[in-house]
Amino acid sequence: MTPRTLFDKLWSRHVVAMRGESTALLYVDRHLVYEVTSPQAFEGLRLAGRTPWRRDTVLATADHNVPTTSHTGEIRDPLSRMQVERLGHNCREFGITLFPLGDRRQGIIHVIGPEQGATLPGMTVVAGDSHTSTHGAFAALAFGVGTSEVEHVLATQCLPVDRMKTLYVDVSGALPRGVTAKDLVLDLIRRLGVAGGAGCAIEFGGDTVRGLSMEGRMTLCNMAIEAGARVALVAVDAVTLDYLKGRPLAPRGAQWDAACKYWRTLVSDDGAVFDARLQIDAGALRPMVSWGTSPAQTVPVDGHVPDPRDEADPVRRAQMQRALDYMALEPGTAITDIRPDRVFIGSCTNARIEDLRAAAAIARGGRVAASISQALVVPGSGLVKAQAEAEGLDRVFIEAGFEWREPGCSMCLGMNDDSLRLGERCASTSNRNFEGRQGTGGRTHLVSPAMAAAVALAGHFVDIGAEA
Amino acid sequence: MQPFTALTSHVAPLDRADVDTDALIPKQFMKSIARTGFGDNLFDAWRYRDPGYPGKPQSAREPEPDFVLNRPSCKCAQILLARDNFGCGSSREHALWALADYGFRVIVAPSFADIFFNNCFKNGVLPVVLPTRQIDRLFADIGDGRKDYRVTVDLAEQTLRLPDGEVLGFEVDAYRKHCLLHGLDDIALTLQQADDIRAYELRRRTLEPWLFPA
Repeated sequence: MTPRTLFDKLWSRHVVAMRGESTALLYVDRHLVYEVTSPQAFEGLRLAGRTPWRRDTVLATADHNVPTTSHTGEIRDPLSRMQVERLGHNCREFGITLFPLGDRRQGIIHVIGPEQGATLPGMTVVAGDSHTSTHGAFAALAFGVGTSEVEHVLATQCLPVDRMKTLYVDVSGALPRGVTAKDLVLDLIRRLGVAGGAGCAIEFGGDTVRGLSMEGRMTLCNMAIEAGARVALVAVDAVTLDYLKGRPLAPRGAQWDAACKYWRTLVSDDGAVFDARLQIDAGALRPMVSWGTSPAQTVPVDGHVPDPRDEADPVRRAQMQRALDYMALEPGTAITDIRPDRVFIGSCTNARIEDLRAAAAIARGGRVAASISQALVVPGSGLVKAQAEAEGLDRVFIEAGFEWREPGCSMCLGMNDDSLRLGERCASTSNRNFEGRQGTGGRTHLVSPAMAAAVALAGHFVDIGAEA
Repeated sequence: MQPFTALTSHVAPLDRADVDTDALIPKQFMKSIARTGFGDNLFDAWRYRDPGYPGKPQSAREPEPDFVLNRPSCKCAQILLARDNFGCGSSREHALWALADYGFRVIVAPSFADIFFNNCFKNGVLPVVLPTRQIDRLFADIGDGRKDYRVTVDLAEQTLRLPDGEVLGFEVDAYRKHCLLHGLDDIALTLQQADDIRAYELRRRTLEPWLFPA
């Protein structure tokens, strides 16, 4: 048989019917729903008199819009409250499982899906959120969709999807000190550019990726969208199966064994042909910091803010200048001389237990610098929060002067009260440094959890990779 | 969905690459549970000097005169011209609802982000991909957008007719074109294949029974 890529295997398994040469009607196995991109979809169902095709595939929670100070009592902002309440109404009306605020299982959809075993290898997973690529860490074909597509999946369990090209990113070598999956993916986005992965399913492989935990693999797949790719994948191995065993929605007993047998085939065959390949030497990576307003605008922490005059392409040069103006940075400034006002540790990129452990390891025994007005730690789910508290990480953060919050998307996009004020600068473990992303006029520097914690203590970026 | 057949309109030139959906519609406006009413906040942070929030009256807003949509000639433009990777970032369809509510029916760029591109077709908006050299030429012809520059877009013919009479062709997927021309409900089309979907589920259930709990 012709060797096949992991993407080919997942794609062909889900084709219900073809629509034209390269577009297929794909079956959807798991649909994650949250409050912001679903109300209009439920309303569409209602207006057309339709019902969900398979309600047992849908799992809902509130994450984008929820306060992180307390999950008990009423949400103060009336618009946020209405959206969260509407999700509750819609789930009750259509018979959909909801993890409401206050439930320990509530959290960011891309954290709770895997945590519950709602994400399994071989599935197609969709959500009305671009970071759905996260779930590809489990060898699931997972991608973000718009609200009309949310409605389409609810009504039909299917979605017309254009076949993607395949890109294999082979990462080999040991990650140097201070370098994490976050730095690896920021480096990849810098190489590919923000549209370099457009139309692609990226498979991450190589010994470095094999050596990452599921948390690290999720961070990697999460940000593939920032390189323009809708889908990211990591093949199944023992790390995948160990993570899933015993999760509430994972199969049990004989079904677990049967599932594992199939899941172990979810790897690219030897000799499978990809449309493109990219080699990354992990040993050459450095801790990364973004300086601009696009996730491709990053440099190693021991580097400097680049000079637009060195850019030949006029469109790119204008874009760089605009980014520097927005970020209030001068070309040539050492990254370690940049002094953020706030620190945010959280988001679907970096709010899992391993991320909190990495940040706590730096924060332990330290003290948040006087120049940092706020250092927020927002766990990705109620269960992550409980686990961190069982390990005493909350005490480490609180004693160092960080704020320990309830789970949600929080300052990644600032839909709740956690947002930057005009001109404020933030070291953030989130995924987007777009203008205004964390608050109107806010300035975002994307970093790993360890770097964010180091910034909180030092008041500026720190070369956490340098020998002590 | 509103069908799209053809239109003639002034073109608003937005000379930026990687325009993200956070810029198209900032998050504070995504708390709405409706599909309408987003047009006033399209490009909010670029279009106004004062910070915007939901429900702020238009009379209290302070337009940024340098922003392209605030030029008198561009006020009624239904065609938006932009650079590469338009609509990147968040999947929020609110970006399309804002563009359509404002009045844009066509977006012309060298490339689009995937999710945004799909969302266009669900909202009666036509994304037109042209080679970079043609995009460069359009930006050069239009200049700062102050002079009248009318382009006719014809979906059936898959053409753009420029003011000087030149005609540029563009590609569009046949199925999407059909849906857009007739304003078809995508979901109804898929539900015509309900038997295929059920047959697929039966096959799949035997292969991966753990995905179909009783």
